[in-house]
Parts: sequence; C-alpha cells; structure tokens
Amino acid sequence: MEGMAVRLQGLRKTFSETVAVAGVDLEIRDGEFFSMLGPSGSGKTTVLRLIAGFETPTAGRIELAGQEVTGLAPFERDVHTVFQDYALFPHMTVEQNVAYALKVRKVPRAERLARAREALAGVRLDGYGSRRPAQLSGGQRQRVALARALVGRPRVLLLDEPLGALDLKLREQMQLELKALQREVGITFVFVTHDQEEALTMSDRVAVFHQGRLEQVGAPAEIYERPATAFVASFVGTSNLLRGETARRVLGTGGAHSVRPEKIRVLDESACVDEPGVVSAAGTVAEVVYRGDATRFLVDLDAGGRLTALQQNLETSAEDVAAYRGARVRLAWHRRHTVPIPEESAPRPGAADTTGTADAPDATNTSAPAESPGTAGRPDRPDPAKSPGTAQVPDAR
Amino acid sequence: MTATAPAARSAERRPQGPLRRAAGALHRRPRLRLALLLTAPLLWLAVLYLGSLSVLFVSAFWTTDSFTSAVVRVWSADNFHALVTTPVYRQVIVRSVGVALAVTVLCAVIAFPLAFYTARVARPRWRPLLVVAILTPLWASYLVKVYAWRLILSQGGLADWMLRPFGLSGPGFGLPATVLTLTYLWLPYMVLPLHTALRQLPDGLLDASADLGARPGRTFRSVVLPLVLPSLAAGSVFTFSLSLGDYITVQIVGGKTQLIGNLVYSDIELNLPMAAALGTVPVVVIVLYLLAIRRTGALSSL
Repeated sequence: MEGMAVRLQGLRKTFSETVAVAGVDLEIRDGEFFSMLGPSGSGKTTVLRLIAGFETPTAGRIELAGQEVTGLAPFERDVHTVFQDYALFPHMTVEQNVAYALKVRKVPRAERLARAREALAGVRLDGYGSRRPAQLSGGQRQRVALARALVGRPRVLLLDEPLGALDLKLREQMQLELKALQREVGITFVFVTHDQEEALTMSDRVAVFHQGRLEQVGAPAEIYERPATAFVASFVGTSNLLRGETARRVLGTGGAHSVRPEKIRVLDESACVDEPGVVSAAGTVAEVVYRGDATRFLVDLDAGGRLTALQQNLETSAEDVAAYRGARVRLAWHRRHTVPIPEESAPRPGAADTTGTADAPDATNTSAPAESPGTAGRPDRPDPAKSPGTAQVPDAR
Repeated sequence: MTATAPAARSAERRPQGPLRRAAGALHRRPRLRLALLLTAPLLWLAVLYLGSLSVLFVSAFWTTDSFTSAVVRVWSADNFHALVTTPVYRQVIVRSVGVALAVTVLCAVIAFPLAFYTARVARPRWRPLLVVAILTPLWASYLVKVYAWRLILSQGGLADWMLRPFGLSGPGFGLPATVLTLTYLWLPYMVLPLHTALRQLPDGLLDASADLGARPGRTFRSVVLPLVLPSLAAGSVFTFSLSLGDYITVQIVGGKTQLIGNLVYSDIELNLPMAAALGTVPVVVIVLYLLAIRRTGALSSL
C-alpha cells in the first residue's frame, strides 16, 4: 500500500471569531506534487502553517508519515517550508543559509559545506555561495530558499506561494524547474497557490479550498473537466454556468451546468448544427476581447444568461474580431462537455451571474461587458502585486 | 482690493514675491543652501564643543603651583604620568569602567526580555502604551529619581523591608547601589533601540529557523541576536557613556565610593590640570569603546 505523507483529520482553526479552517480531511500521498488552490482567505495557507507547526489547530489531527504531530513544535517535524517572502537570513551568506538546517543538526562542517554546495548546484546557483541574500535577484533568492529547504531532505516540502513575487516569465520557468526538481528528489511537495494555472500545470493532484473547506480534490484534468461544485467551476478556469430556465431551454434539462469557454465554437447564426450530441444556442455578441493568441466572445443568449467562448486566433486578426461586436451568432458545443453541477453547491449570490433569469437580463451584465459571467469577483489572471506578502519582498537588485 | 485683482490672478498663475525668488535662487545653488543650513551648527560644534575639548586636553599638560593652586602654564606630562602610576587613580579608573560595563550588561539583560515582550508578544494596541510606560521615568527629574533610590536603599528603607522576610538586607549605600541606580536610570536608552530592532525583525525569519529544525535557544543565538546586535550595541553606547560620565548618583547612593567624575569634581578647584587629565580618561575610553562597537555596525543604526 502506498504511504501517506500527510493525513489531516477534522482539522479546524479559528482565530478569535474568524474561522480560517472549518474542518478539513485530506490525505497527501508519498512523493506526490500536491497543490492547495484557493482564493486568498480560503484557508489554504493556514492549513500549510498547521502542517508546518507554526499554528496549533483548534481541533483535529495532523499525521506526518503515519506519526501524529498535532502538538509538536515546528523543529520537531520532518517538514521544511519555502516561504512566500523566502525568509532568508539576511546576516548569513547564501551558503550559510542553505547549510543552516544541517548546522542545527550538528552535521560535521565538511559534510555540511559539501551538501550545501550540492544543493546550490541543484538549483543552478553554484558559485553564489559567498553572496548575501540582498545581493541576489528575486528568482535567485527563490532558488536559495528552495535549496535551503531541500538540503535537509525533509519528508515533506511545503511551498507557500513561492512564485507569487516573480514576474510572469520567471514564474513560468520556475514552474517547470520546480516540477523537474520534485521528480528528481522524490520528496512530497505541498504547494499553496491562488493561481489555478500554476496548480494545473505542476500538480499530480489539486485540492480546491473555499471558505475554509475543501471543495474538491483530484487530478488537474478532473478538477478542470469535472468540477464538483459551482465554486470549483468558476474558480478553476473561466466557467460558464447554465442554470434553471436557461439550462432547460438550451440543454433540455434543469439544474446547473458548466461548460468551458474553449469547448464552445462560435458560428454564424444561420449555421445548421445537427451533428449528434451537439448543443447549440443563438445569441448576440456583447463584447469581444482580443488576447493575442485567442479571442474571448461574451455572448448574451436569447435563452437568457451569458456565455463566454474562447476561440484560437487561427486565421483571424484583431480587426476581424472587432467586427463581431453586436453580431448575431450561434454557439455550439458537444453535450459531453456540459458538466452538471450539484445544485446545493450553488455559488453565493453574485459569484456567478449567468443565472436562469431569462426574461430579466441582469443589469450588471450589460454594464460590465468585459467581465465574463463566471469570473465576476475573482481575479482572472492573479495579479502578483495584489497577493499578500508581495509588498514585503524587496526589489530584485 | 479690486484694483489688485488682476495682479492676484496672474500671481495665481505663477506666484511672485521676494521670498519665492530667494527660494528659487537657493534651489539653483545647492552649495549655498548647504552653507546656510550648516554654518551655525558647524560653528557651534567647532568652536564651543571641539574647542572646549581641546582646551581641556591642552590644560591637562599644565601644572599648578602647590602653594597657591594657581595654574602654571608649563608643559609637562606629569599629570598623565600620575594617572598611570598613582594606585588611587588607577583604581578609580578601573572601577569607573567596571561600573559602566556592569551597568551596560545589566541593562542589556533586563532590557532584552522587556523589549521582546513589548515588540513581539504584547497585543499591538497595547504596544504604544507600553513604550510610553518605559519612557515615563525619563520625564521625571534625574535628582528626584536618584533621591528616590536613596530612600529605597537607606537603612530600614524599602529594599531592607522587602528582603527581610528572606533573611536578607538591602545593599545599603556603596558600589552595588550605584550600579543598581545607574541601571535604573539608563534602562530606557537600552530598551528603545532593542524594541525597535525586535519590531523590525520579520516573523518569517523566526518561523524559518524553527522550520529548519532550530530550537528556540538556537534561533535566539543564530538569528535574533545577530540581527539585533547593532541595536544592542547602539543602546550600550548610551548606557556605557552615561554611566562613565556620572558623578552625582555615586555621591548620593555610593557611600564612600569614588568614580572618575568625583575626582574631577574635587580636583577642579585645587588642581585644574589634574582634573583635565582625569577628564580626558572617559573621553579616551569612550572613543576606544566606539571603535570596538563600530565593528558590529551599530554606529550606522544610531
């Protein structure tokens, strides 16, 4: 049987009146790249801090590799953390930072240095050992933090939005490097992020957090293609929800259904769609957003509600696309891409406003055309400048 | 008023006036600006402060007529020779430096937990209040505080009364009482820089240290102490130099104890050059102390 690196049972954490974690049960397998995804305030970072031991749970149980560690101090747990702001010791050199975990464990000096150098080479920072953290760029500091946390070969490595402070290019590069590194060292990675793309790109499995609870745990494809709740459907990727009367008219059944924008084709209104298993709906293009590689169409359906469709710009250009504004179109997608969402998990009001109020189109829909229905109230591309803790990270020098 | 209305309107567009023109001229001449800013304080520093220090140093090489106590302006290094060779002077110098060091160490030992509490443990809304509480003793007169300690330490005073149940008695007047009182007096100067340094210590560093396996003691030695050391040193500059220069406290609670300041004070009438020579001793000691401290980087955090 495969071992469990981390097991959380009934985990709760409240800060005075605020409930940060409201009962989480979770099992993270050995050697897994596991992401905890959620908006800020969803409890994902608190869960990470509970696993690390920086916080004590209000209730529940934490096991690391089968051993209960609930009441243990951070230094008694075989877990190392890569912090969001890296938390490198400013008064130590890079090498001393990396060797710290070994020094604390009284590893002999020669071995300490050798292993620190090896760890630095592992993150492609050989030759930087004698510098101070302040003399490094953001990406380099990030890698030092990684080397420092990995050098002690912990059972589990916790990563608290480690890429949040990096710019987009560097972030994408680090995503690949992190994944490769994880495969190489075989250590269980628990990765906290609010960036759904990051979570989908790197993880073996993803847990989606919302208001201190787990919404869904599964492989990235599962989370994306088969969202279990309306929240997951709207938070992971851009979601289109068809509900109530709209769903009945378009799909022939009631309830809530999610369709991913890239599954939807944008056709002429007159196009005849009679392939088996294909659903279609006519509507008016309310807004066209040109994104370079693709174009987003926001279409107000005749049946009520609004859907977003994403089309690759295979042969179209910005000018062609602009002509679509106000045009009549027909949206078509395969029925198997329609995912039913359990009704009891309907999002809180305002989260996803493609509602079934067919005859009374929501006024906010027309006043804010650039917002796609499923994305209202959440950042589509998370802005690193807004992520908590970024302000503490000094400029890369 | 109405006649000046058009002028006022144009002034609104680009205000004119002698002050404004002067400000503009100064803006274009940064050197002149600097000169105007610094002339007075530099004069003060050079003439009054450094001037009097050099007079002190020069007069230390003079002597006195042993009958009239009048200053004789004849160059000699006798006074400094006496400082080094006379046992009394040597003892007093060593004792003074010892008192200053003891006060500094005591202040650091007491201030650190206090500052750790005010900076990191106490609830944020209590913090300003606690800092004010630490500073309040500075609002009271020096003499009042020292006399209060004289009352506390006097025979049958508060110290005796509190220690009696344990079969002990207070330290009475003397060297320990002097160290105790000076520690009380200068403690805020040590707490404040430490409080600031500990406030600025990122939580993440303490978490990171624990996370990497360090027990609290190790975290304190390897992370907290090195990072607050400059502030500790800065605070110690205050406590050390203030203690070294003090001569009133020791007169009030020190019994027969003599420190450099007392010797200077008693020599100033009879043997001014000797007093001057004694007066250079704390200056030299503090310069040496500052040179030692400079290595910690404390002076840049003053």
